[in-house]
Amino acid sequence: MQGCTPNMKLYSLCLTGALILLIVYACFYSESIRPVLHDIGIIDRKSDRFHDNGANSTCGLLLLRTLSSHHPSKTRNKILPQGLLYKKPSVVSGRTDVVSVAPWMAPIVWEGGFDSVVLDSIYEQMNITVATTVFALGKYVAFLKDFLETAEKHYMVGYKVDYYIFTDRPGDIPNVTLAEGRRVRVLKVPSSNRWQEISARRMEMIQLLIENTIRGQADYIFCLDVDSKFHAHFGVEVLGRLVATIHPGYYATDRGSLPYERRPESRAYIPWGEGDFYYGGAVFGGLLEDVRAMTETCRRNFEADTANGIEAAWQEESHLNRYFTYNKPSKLLSPEYLWQDIHGWSKDVKIIRFSGVAKNYADFRPN
Amino acid sequence: MRGQLPNKWFYNLWLSVVLILLVMYACFFSEHLSRMFEKEADTKAACSPNTNSSVDDKARLLYEQPKIIPHRTDVVFASPWLAPIVWQSSFNSILLDGIYKPMNITIATTVFALGKYVRFLKDFLGTAEIHYMVGYKVDFYIFTDSPGDVPNVTLAEGRRVKVMKVPSSNRWQDISARRMEMIQLLIENTIRGQADYIFCLDVDSKFYAHFGVEALGRLVATIHPNYWFLGRDQYTYERRPESRAYIPLGEGDFYYGGAVFGGLLEDVRAMTKTCSQNFEADTANGIEAAWQEESHLNRYFLYNKPSKLLSPEYLWMDVAGWNKEIKLVRFSGVEKNYAEIRPN
Repeated sequence: MQGCTPNMKLYSLCLTGALILLIVYACFYSESIRPVLHDIGIIDRKSDRFHDNGANSTCGLLLLRTLSSHHPSKTRNKILPQGLLYKKPSVVSGRTDVVSVAPWMAPIVWEGGFDSVVLDSIYEQMNITVATTVFALGKYVAFLKDFLETAEKHYMVGYKVDYYIFTDRPGDIPNVTLAEGRRVRVLKVPSSNRWQEISARRMEMIQLLIENTIRGQADYIFCLDVDSKFHAHFGVEVLGRLVATIHPGYYATDRGSLPYERRPESRAYIPWGEGDFYYGGAVFGGLLEDVRAMTETCRRNFEADTANGIEAAWQEESHLNRYFTYNKPSKLLSPEYLWQDIHGWSKDVKIIRFSGVAKNYADFRPN
Repeated sequence: MRGQLPNKWFYNLWLSVVLILLVMYACFFSEHLSRMFEKEADTKAACSPNTNSSVDDKARLLYEQPKIIPHRTDVVFASPWLAPIVWQSSFNSILLDGIYKPMNITIATTVFALGKYVRFLKDFLGTAEIHYMVGYKVDFYIFTDSPGDVPNVTLAEGRRVKVMKVPSSNRWQDISARRMEMIQLLIENTIRGQADYIFCLDVDSKFYAHFGVEALGRLVATIHPNYWFLGRDQYTYERRPESRAYIPLGEGDFYYGGAVFGGLLEDVRAMTKTCSQNFEADTANGIEAAWQEESHLNRYFLYNKPSKLLSPEYLWMDVAGWNKEIKLVRFSGVEKNYAEIRPN
């Protein structure tokens, strides 16, 4: 251009670049602009993976009733025996590189954030029983031996544990020596051709187990994936009213990128702009009644979806995430409690306590 | 010159267009920015907890995403028994109000204003109206020996004052210590079924900043502003084994202040009853603990861990110096001349 100096060209380039960036941001990341662009027809609804037509009867508002402090609490007083000696708590030194309390005041459990001496002396007096479910159908029975053996070394050691093993092959349950006060109960269930179905049916089975079998026999229930091993202490620091675990793959991810179910037609739907963390379906637990309510809701929602011909992105894990978004857990476990062997090292996760073993899914899944 | 003018105009136009777009975006489309200006979340309709509501309700509670990497690294946010410690930046009020407002809770709040201490009531109540559990139902229970001197302070809707006449005393230590019994009886005889939580506060203090539902919990204790840097053996616990408030050397978590504590009715009742009984047992044995009921409270909280701890933001003293960890003072004892206001 006549009279156009190199500086002005650069200037123009920068402005154009800024404008383009703004437009890109507006199209792909702005939750308010996207629906407008839908209406104008700039973004095609069908192909837009951020589709949100807002017509879903979504429970947009939080019903956040889980804070144990409000309801006449079934959690007991934390009574300490006299004369117990332990490291003095501090308000300024401790685990400060990670967040140890969620914004709704649920503690997040990390190594260095709790004192097992104190917690064990509180819980030992309570004589608690922790029911623990695993599902080992089809070839997944192969994981039981390592699961149980490592649990005996690390999981709720010194406490009464009732393992409930759901399987379609009771004959293939390995014989693992358990410590005193710990026992295995085998529950025969039908086989299935689809791993997604096996996964999703777990909610119903846990619900029924609580209603029909373990009410009155256990204080807490924890539901764990069987294809995993314990590597380090996994103890009573996890106990609480309703406990969820932060998935190792997404703990630093922005909520817009979390793999929630995004279709409004599904009952697991979580709209853009909502959500706290992505919780893993492989480790959750709590008091019997609270877990029962959660599993019942997830199960009913899964069935409603099925009747409508839809299956959530990650089956019951999607439903679990929706439940925990609108019914805040009273305690969160850090990814130390739910790792996967295939992940690399993370500077925040200083200790791996429970981790899914590396496996070839084709070898184990029915489909 | 003739060649220059169109170019200048061209670039100015570009600049203006970009600026206008930026301003439009910031004003109308940026959720993050608009949240900064948000005063209150819209919490009109609550959904049923268990199912997708059939109500096509667009009232959504939007708040900043929780993070794993903390904003603050200078303080600890959970005790070793995993009770949250409430500091500035550890909680999200939008979220917490979204939880608690639909619950329609009532918070009973006790103060003791005997003798000359009635003079503190005006500021206490006046500042409470600005900062304390704002938007929630609050029943203030004022224990006093001179009901006529209780000031008339305008309270917001849903908040009221109930005056409870109690006998005078010649000793401030007695007044202080009797509080436990009075709170216990209040819960048993008056407020059971009428309130969800109770908080017990010192009257000679003012609210300076937000003191809200983040403080609620099953059994809530507050870390005393004077001692949190000291070792446990330097805490002013009662150290004589003859007293029921005795805490041996080598034991103890924090030194908790008797000026702010609270929780669910039953849990506070159990605590006040124990402290009251222990105080009376001590009196029968001719001993009075170092800091009266505060010593008993500390013993109770050592062996019955609180479910939540409030940082010294919630219990400060105007005469205290500055601490870099205290970013915000919410409730603080005013400066006073003890000789002038105490009966002994």
